[in-house]
Amino acid sequence: MIRVELSKLLRSRRTWTTVLLIDALPTLVGVLLAVTDLGPRPGEGPAFLSAVLTDGTLFPLAALAIVLPLFLPIAVSVTAGEAIAGEAAAGTLRYVLVRPVGRLRLLVAKLVAAMAFVVLTVLVVAATAYVVGVTLLGDQSVQVVGSTSVSGTSLSTPELVGRTFLALGYAMLCMLGVAAIALFLSTVASSSLGAALGTMSIFVGSSLLLTLDASEAIRDYLPTRYWLAFVDLFRDPILWRDLQAGVILQGTYVAVFFAAAWANFATKDVTE
Amino acid sequence: MSGDTAIRTQGLTKYFGRFEAVSDLSLDVREGDVYGFLGANGSGKTTTVRMLLGLVLATSGEIEVLGRPMPRSGREVLPHVGSMIEGPAAYAHLSGRANLTLFDAMAPRSRRTGRKDRVEETLDRVGLGGVDERPVKNYSLGMRQRLGLAAALLRRPRLLVLDEPTNGLDPQGIRDIRALLLELNADGTTIFVSSHLLTEIEQLCTRVGVLDRGRMVVQEQLAVLRAPTGRILLGTPEPGAALAHLDRLGRSVEQHDDRRLAVRAPDAAQLNAELVRAGIGVDELSVERRSLEDVVLAATSGGNDTFARPSRDVQDAS
Repeated sequence: MIRVELSKLLRSRRTWTTVLLIDALPTLVGVLLAVTDLGPRPGEGPAFLSAVLTDGTLFPLAALAIVLPLFLPIAVSVTAGEAIAGEAAAGTLRYVLVRPVGRLRLLVAKLVAAMAFVVLTVLVVAATAYVVGVTLLGDQSVQVVGSTSVSGTSLSTPELVGRTFLALGYAMLCMLGVAAIALFLSTVASSSLGAALGTMSIFVGSSLLLTLDASEAIRDYLPTRYWLAFVDLFRDPILWRDLQAGVILQGTYVAVFFAAAWANFATKDVTE
Repeated sequence: MSGDTAIRTQGLTKYFGRFEAVSDLSLDVREGDVYGFLGANGSGKTTTVRMLLGLVLATSGEIEVLGRPMPRSGREVLPHVGSMIEGPAAYAHLSGRANLTLFDAMAPRSRRTGRKDRVEETLDRVGLGGVDERPVKNYSLGMRQRLGLAAALLRRPRLLVLDEPTNGLDPQGIRDIRALLLELNADGTTIFVSSHLLTEIEQLCTRVGVLDRGRMVVQEQLAVLRAPTGRILLGTPEPGAALAHLDRLGRSVEQHDDRRLAVRAPDAAQLNAELVRAGIGVDELSVERRSLEDVVLAATSGGNDTFARPSRDVQDAS
């Protein structure tokens, strides 16, 4: 079933359109930076963006920091929100279930497909950003061994590559949290639009609460609390505290919402 | 014993909230049957079909399909069941071929080898062998219906469960499907068709069950339901002479208009001989049978999608 879902994902024109649209924003940012040479000052604007004018190889990370807070979660909400509600609305859910595809197996396959979409998007964004960064932006350190960490010290290339992959993994875990919420709502809502919008309102609401001093007591439990903690991977030494808290928090969200999705879907009457 | 039963339910009941959609239903479909499941719109046919396939969970009662309990044994049972429920559905942006390929791949333990052949062969069966690669969203209603049937036939099922299979087909399409179903049945496939079209069931089925407001009101062999009424219908150019002669013979004529008589008599050939011997011409002769329509209308309470307001008298009385 997982293979079927992946094949459906890759064959859908919408998948590729979404990926390209998401990819367009960091590319535009890169081109603008290259043309104007006006980077944000260190500590301002999206993470890493101040550094890319001197070192273009850091642009993939900057691009990730640009798409992670909004674009990627929206796309994941739409993809995972469609999982069950979309099949039900199209009438195909009943034919999938009588093949038979087990209900738990279907949920797992849908979640895997949503993650495959994230991986695909992140890879395309990172690859494009690397090309843009190396060709258009600063290439001062390409010949020199090592890049600059956020803390100002030097990182060797293997270190940088390793930390980049850790950062990608962390970002995917955050998106898995979004996907699990959307999947749950998809088993509840009768329209995929409802499930997607519900998920978006959860993380938009969470981001808003994070800016509020009055929400101090609950902020550590909000789903978007540690989304950007991957920046800490590029400090020297790595600042693990928020990352660990983020992994535990996202893991909990995934477990709770996936369990809720299964509990709801396993005994649901499929009458569409 | 279990080998003889394709579908059996006992006390099957389903409530949606406080609405009782299906009530204490006992279905009995045997292997080799072409079983017609009749009922007006809203009588609970589709809910029953969905319960048989494990899509809707029964409130109470037991279901056995191909000798195994459902929905518990769905993993073992459903691979042998092909179904079409409330119209076909497919992934609209993909071609019919791509859809069948995906559905084939979804089945548990489905092999990749021979998949292409299975798909082409099934397309041929339903008359879509020459279809191009246009996406299903550009299919006509009839083509979608055929594709839905193809998806049901993909694994050469032992049991076919079809809900309104000829919906949206033109007369030629309906005839094609009927021929295909009879051919499959001759090869040993048990067929369970639900429909509100009496003529369709009458032409296809060997056994009939009639559902009315969630209850089974008739379940019988079609041949028994359509038993002779004991009357012979005959047409004659000389009705006056015929009436007089039959009266002499002591046969009771129960109805007559211009030139047609309904005569209570055990044997059509004998009646014919009696009239012809008396020099009275007979140009039409047939054994009267109850039509399925009569049976169904007698057993049911009218349409199930009308909800009449309780009359004032009833309210006053209560």
